[in-house]
Amino acid sequence: MPSVRIPTPLRKLTGDLEVVQAAGATISEVLQSLDQAFPGLKERICDDQGQVRRFVNVFVNDEDIRFLEEGATPVKETDEISIVPAIAGG
Amino acid sequence: MEPTPFFSNLKCRECGRLYPKQAIHVCDFDFGPLEAAYDYAAIGRSLTKKTIESRPHSMWRYRELLPIDGEPTVGAQVGFTPLVKADRLAKVLGIRELWIKNDTVNYPTLSFKDRVVSVALSRARELGFEVVACASTGNLANSVAANAAAAGLKSYVLIPADLEQGKILGSLVYGTQVIGINGAYDQVNRLCSEIAGKYGWGFVNVNLRPYYAEGSKTMGFEICEQLGWRIPQHTVIPMASGSLLTKIHKSYKEFIQLGLVEDTKFSVHGTQATGCAPISHAIKRGTDIVKPVPKPETIVKSLAIGTPADGYYAIHSMKQTGGSAEDVSDEEVVEGIRLLAEYAGIFAETAGGVTVAGAKKLIASGHIGANDSAVLCITGHGLKTQEAIVGKVGAPRIIAPNIREFEEKIYAPDAAAAAL
Repeated sequence: MPSVRIPTPLRKLTGDLEVVQAAGATISEVLQSLDQAFPGLKERICDDQGQVRRFVNVFVNDEDIRFLEEGATPVKETDEISIVPAIAGG
Repeated sequence: MEPTPFFSNLKCRECGRLYPKQAIHVCDFDFGPLEAAYDYAAIGRSLTKKTIESRPHSMWRYRELLPIDGEPTVGAQVGFTPLVKADRLAKVLGIRELWIKNDTVNYPTLSFKDRVVSVALSRARELGFEVVACASTGNLANSVAANAAAAGLKSYVLIPADLEQGKILGSLVYGTQVIGINGAYDQVNRLCSEIAGKYGWGFVNVNLRPYYAEGSKTMGFEICEQLGWRIPQHTVIPMASGSLLTKIHKSYKEFIQLGLVEDTKFSVHGTQATGCAPISHAIKRGTDIVKPVPKPETIVKSLAIGTPADGYYAIHSMKQTGGSAEDVSDEEVVEGIRLLAEYAGIFAETAGGVTVAGAKKLIASGHIGANDSAVLCITGHGLKTQEAIVGKVGAPRIIAPNIREFEEKIYAPDAAAAAL
């Protein structure tokens, strides 16, 4: 299963786990199965329309899904998905 | 330390939930950025023009409007840089009145970043951090390194490995840990957001960001005071993450709310380099959806942020104030640097070239009226990005050390050229 890195603000929902496994062939499916394992997680990451929130970046390995196919981005068993809050410049 | 009655909480910009004043930067519920919230009624009773004018010439003369509890312990001398009336440059750009807010001479590291760092590190000490860090395109790294050294804090600065030599040396010299990342700034940023919090470090632009960002307001406060307690009609601001623009907008609103300036019409305008202009392009498309730039390509490395965290709010600041955005090519950046140097005597880094060249276009297109008055925010010194102009500003003429050569090769041809 793909692994998902959980950012600090969401670890309260994952029992402090930093990396979790979640099944799915696309980002949307992975987020769905994450929400089943850790109820409430998806609504933190996605808005009412199911779109990834404005201040959240989701990466598959090192690529931002906004440069791929957003929610429809395919994921492989060995992929690492990261959820990263947007941060300010320098 | 006794809390001041002025700075009350952190507050989510999206949903308004309140949080304690800790080293946290995003809302647990929607990832919205947290921002400092103040008790303006209490501030209004304490902060008058007279009090401010009686204080030392530094950014801390507005301390009630900055998010720390006690007195500042880092960067007490930062800020209050010159606001210069630039009549010759005004003529060249085609505008009636022009001012330069000259943060190329900010103390101690010659960029506006000393403002944000002095707040972030003063707060870092109040929160008990011993190690501070940042992700940076160069200027922030220089400032964290210098201010941490002065304060006796250990520091790590993480930068893209291909930055300008001046910016790398300008961090190393302070004995900081400089970590070069093989990647673009956005990748450095992402790594930092994964590191922040993990080792108990204070990352000035990650977990200390709500404090850090507020420091930028002092640029706007100073502009108002130096103009004789009024808000300029137009302010032109370079944009990387968009944070500076939103904070200057906030500073004007706070001064209006406190009755320190009159509520006159003002516009804030943003400028970017065309090779990395996600905010400017969104404004031109008429949307507030910022499309990230995967691979920024510009000589303006300090503004090369492809995923601007405050882009959305910057767009709304420009829209709300009737401002606009512009972006400029690398050639225009160099021309902007030269114009500022030749007509105002100020040597700015590439971001300054973006501001001048962007302002020139905004004036030419009528977005800034020719009969109006504008302030250009020049945020960093040109000595830091010398690579950008090498070979583009001429070369010295070399002669033998005697008067015959001087007259033959310099004086006579120059006099002949002047007579033409």
